[in-house]
Amino acid sequence: MAWKIDNEKCLRCGACVSVCPELALELKETGIVHDAKKCTLCGICEKVCPVRAIEVKK
Amino acid sequence: MIKDSYDVVVAGAGPGGSSVSKTLAELGFSVLMVEKRQEIGAPKRCGEGLTMNTVDIIGEIPQECIRQKIDGATLYAPNGNHVLVDLGAEGGYIVERKAFDKWLAVRASRAGATVVAHAEVTDVIKEGSQVTGVRILVGGGEEKTVRAKVVVAADGVESTVSRKAGLNTTNKLVNVDSGYQYEMSNLKLETSKRIILYFGNDIAPRGYLWIFPKGPDIANVGIGTAMSEKPAKWYLDKFIKDHPEIFGQSSIIEANSGGIPVGGFLENMVLDGFLVVGDAAHQVNPIHGGGMKEATIAGEMAAKVIAKAIEKGDVSASVLSEYNEMWWKERGSKLKKVEKLREVVEKLSDSDFNMISESLTSDVAIGLTRGGKMYSLAKILMKNPRLVKLARHLI
Ligand SMILES: Cc1cc2nc3c(=O)[nH]c(=O)nc-3n(C[C@H](O)[C@H](O)[C@H](O)COP(=O)(O)OP(=O)(O)OC[C@H]3O[C@@H](n4cnc5c(N)ncnc54)[C@H](O)[C@@H]3O)c2cc1C
Ligand code: SF4
Ligand code: SF4
Repeated sequence: MAWKIDNEKCLRCGACVSVCPELALELKETGIVHDAKKCTLCGICEKVCPVRAIEVKK
Repeated sequence: MIKDSYDVVVAGAGPGGSSVSKTLAELGFSVLMVEKRQEIGAPKRCGEGLTMNTVDIIGEIPQECIRQKIDGATLYAPNGNHVLVDLGAEGGYIVERKAFDKWLAVRASRAGATVVAHAEVTDVIKEGSQVTGVRILVGGGEEKTVRAKVVVAADGVESTVSRKAGLNTTNKLVNVDSGYQYEMSNLKLETSKRIILYFGNDIAPRGYLWIFPKGPDIANVGIGTAMSEKPAKWYLDKFIKDHPEIFGQSSIIEANSGGIPVGGFLENMVLDGFLVVGDAAHQVNPIHGGGMKEATIAGEMAAKVIAKAIEKGDVSASVLSEYNEMWWKERGSKLKKVEKLREVVEKLSDSDFNMISESLTSDVAIGLTRGGKMYSLAKILMKNPRLVKLARHLI
């Protein structure tokens, strides 16, 4: 069970933020901030990311 | 610099935010527009293409924001067959978003709005159902409460401000294009006056690939795909490798990614003391993904409705909902048709694209992007019995 981001790949575009149904993601200056308490590991953010910087394992 | 209260606070300084801010400031209202990034307009999340009729809305665009005048488009079917679309005198521009977005913000500031970069709306303050202000993180340090009669979310695709206010703007995965783009130099382009679009399920699944020239050998080379097996970047890299005649000696001078809301328009875009515009409200043309013009139009509409509401002393959702009606009447009804077109295009196979390219004319292609000419496309599709059902979806 894990949500992972590769910060080297991420271009800070916010596409993942826009689809997260739980508002578990926010784009900050330092990059994407993930709130594990809200995340349901649904995997939608992984699918939308244009560079697949996110990996979600159920 | 930031005061304790304003008539209107706008979150986000893209084309949508600047449009709302400029219009309201001109009408004499006090406006604060905050942008969380350290530089307005950068890095871009955009192919930078503008149709000329956008000038009617935005006004004359200064020379330093324009990179290339466009007078046509070449559409490539998967088999290499192509259609030349003549945009004629109307045409369009490829702009420099870094300069363009800043120019829009400067205009808003000159009209009297206070603009602050590196200031992020972190939360929305409500009293009951009424939005009464926001929390702003200024310069990454101090957090400040600012009160407003109306708060406008113009925060782009992320759209967290509306969701924090209690308006669900979450994009459905099927309605978001994954965008990836390089700005490239030393390209071999036939002409810099035409944009080039490539279609095909191996090239850009459920989307298209574009070359938007910014000069004789410089262009934004990008792709939008939806629900694709591989990430958008993978398809773009493959295309570049497969076309050495264009990219053989090229260089990459910028890399961008982004999500483009291409459907799922919102019936309701207001709350008590609150309203959302632009990408944050999914106001994008679903077929080509252009949103600068839509954000600007919606921004002006929103500003006029807000001005009336404040003057009346009633900023409740029932008054602000005039914005819903205006937008749906002027833009939503047209864009909804374009969304239908998109649903049809997404289902086309490569051989369908090839077939369409045999009969598609310039004026039908242009009409389609504006929600017209659906019948003409349906007629082309009906030539293939398998596509009759799909064609009916258009009419
Ligand atoms: C790859 C790609 C190519 C595109 N190509 C084109 C094109 O060729 N032509 C075209 O017209 N459109 C194009 N678009 C779409 C276009 O970029 C957008 O539709 C347009 O920028 C929308 O304007 P906006 O003002 O709504 O949002 P934006 O321009 O995204 O501005 C929103 C701003 O709000 C800021 N913000 C976010 N959250 C906060 C917060 N909490 N507090 C403060 N500020 C915040 C953001 O940093 C951002 O600067 C493209 C999009 C992509 C991704
Ligand atoms: S969609 Fe991907 S590249 Fe964009 S911000 Fe999210 S993780 Fe980063
Ligand atoms: S896995 Fe689902 S809930 Fe978790 S961050 Fe991604 S989109 Fe949000």
